[in-house]
Amino acid sequence: MSEHAVQQVPIRVTVNGRELAAEVEPRLLLSDFIRHHAGLTGTHVGCEHGVCGACTVLVDGAPQRSCLVFAAQADGAEIRTVEGLAEPGAPLHPVQQAFHEEHGMQCGFCTSGFLMTTVALLEETPHPSDEQLVDALSGNLCRCTGYRNIVAAARSAERKLAEAGDE
Amino acid sequence: MKPASFEYRAPEQLDELLELLADDFTDVRVIAGGQSLVPMMNFRLSTPELLLDLRRVDELGALEHRPDGALSVGATVTQARLLRQLEQQGGWPVLAEGIRHIGHPQIRSRGTVCGSLAHHDPTAELPALAVALDARMTVAGPQGRRTVAAADFFTTYYETVLEPGELLAEVVFPAWPAARGWGFRELARRRGDFALVGAVATVDRDAAGATAEAVALVLFGVGERPVRLGGVEQALAGKPLDAAALASVEPLVAEAIDPVDDLHASADYRREIAVQLSVGALADAWERSSARV
Ligand SMILES: Cc1cc2nc3c(=O)[nH]c(=O)nc-3n(C[C@H](O)[C@H](O)[C@H](O)COP(=O)(O)OP(=O)(O)OC[C@H]3O[C@@H](n4cnc5c(N)ncnc54)[C@H](O)[C@@H]3O)c2cc1C
Ligand code: FES
Ligand code: FES
Repeated sequence: MSEHAVQQVPIRVTVNGRELAAEVEPRLLLSDFIRHHAGLTGTHVGCEHGVCGACTVLVDGAPQRSCLVFAAQADGAEIRTVEGLAEPGAPLHPVQQAFHEEHGMQCGFCTSGFLMTTVALLEETPHPSDEQLVDALSGNLCRCTGYRNIVAAARSAERKLAEAGDE
Repeated sequence: MKPASFEYRAPEQLDELLELLADDFTDVRVIAGGQSLVPMMNFRLSTPELLLDLRRVDELGALEHRPDGALSVGATVTQARLLRQLEQQGGWPVLAEGIRHIGHPQIRSRGTVCGSLAHHDPTAELPALAVALDARMTVAGPQGRRTVAAADFFTTYYETVLEPGELLAEVVFPAWPAARGWGFRELARRRGDFALVGAVATVDRDAAGATAEAVALVLFGVGERPVRLGGVEQALAGKPLDAAALASVEPLVAEAIDPVDDLHASADYRREIAVQLSVGALADAWERSSARV
């Protein structure tokens, strides 16, 4: 391969409402594109083979593992990362606020993945059953909390979003 | 843990894609959802020279009911999209239940139905469901299209009858009779993990509703491919699936399979679980079935 010039794929994506155009090597993972090209390091990379969920972002509204998507495949997509949940200095997003209040984190490494998973779940299913909640959260690993506070935070976020919707 | 270099193409026309795929001198792979392929590439267990993305080929994205009541699922239809459609429009409830056991929502939102079938992990849900439901696979290649019955599609671990240059264009599930009962049971260490063993069963009762006219039972995780238990199906046909009938087929299940020891479970344990799950799935299917109309 070395004698060939490395292919560059032109892509256009929207990240948290901002349009980005770039030329990327085919093997660039979306997680690395987000961290190194878009400069958004809130998306964490834990295992890089799809088991931990730390790298979860929303792609066209659906929660996906950004370490299992090539940036080239995301051409045309709308991506939301943890940085898109609230502006710096502005009040936290209700899901972030709930994780804060319920101590849904300790070291914080897994947190952005859990936040994006929870946001995606509650946007599609405002009142998930226990079954649906566990199904969604079980795709993310946390080595610190023991999960109870994360589940409590997700339920609190559900109430906050419902109240905000009623106003 | 970054993949090796490769070239990437995402053509819009199926003909163009098939032409690129037919190149004998390049290690070409198609990528659908990437939920099995990208981990292997990140580990460099898979190092293709050219990756062909299916996502821009419109005709591979069809999810539609056929006039004969069958459901066809194109190559780029995700597991999440099929599940949503089944939950909203009904039909094939056993397929919906099986898909809910695949990984997590974050996997199903990208992973495709056909990708899982083409990948053929022997502990995956969809290959067993395809066999149990007598699905038909439409294979597209340089010589045109051919149809392969699911029963003939899976050969051995991670292998299918797909030849180099061929693509699984769609899978077609025959019409689902409303009176058909179903059972889906699997045992996994943790939620979302690949199963140790799983069982899929369906039952169609006769017009009086007193006996089973047709029974299907397929196991996964017990061998190199989904295992259809024809002996059990025949032994139960024409009978009510009461406790005595179900108990009588337990030895048939145990004899029909030849699971292997691995680091997840011993062969004996797998056999024992397979018997329990089979009986449970058959009982569920009988319970949920009603008289043929
Ligand atoms: C954390 C995690 C948990 C998972 N848990 C489960 C589980 O419990 N059960 C389960 O069944 N699966 C599970 N999976 C795998 C998942 O279901 C995959 O989506 C599926 O196996 C492959 O589909 P894909 O569209 O992602 O295929 P890809 O990864 O894109 O492709 C897989 C292979 O199939 C080939 N291929 C893909 N589409 C076609 C086609 N149309 N024609 C010919 N070849 C094709 C590719 O070339 C590649 O070799 C899990 C994955 C992860 C990361
Ligand atoms: S870093 Fe993507 S799932 Fe672990
Ligand atoms: S808070 Fe440390 S991994 Fe979850």
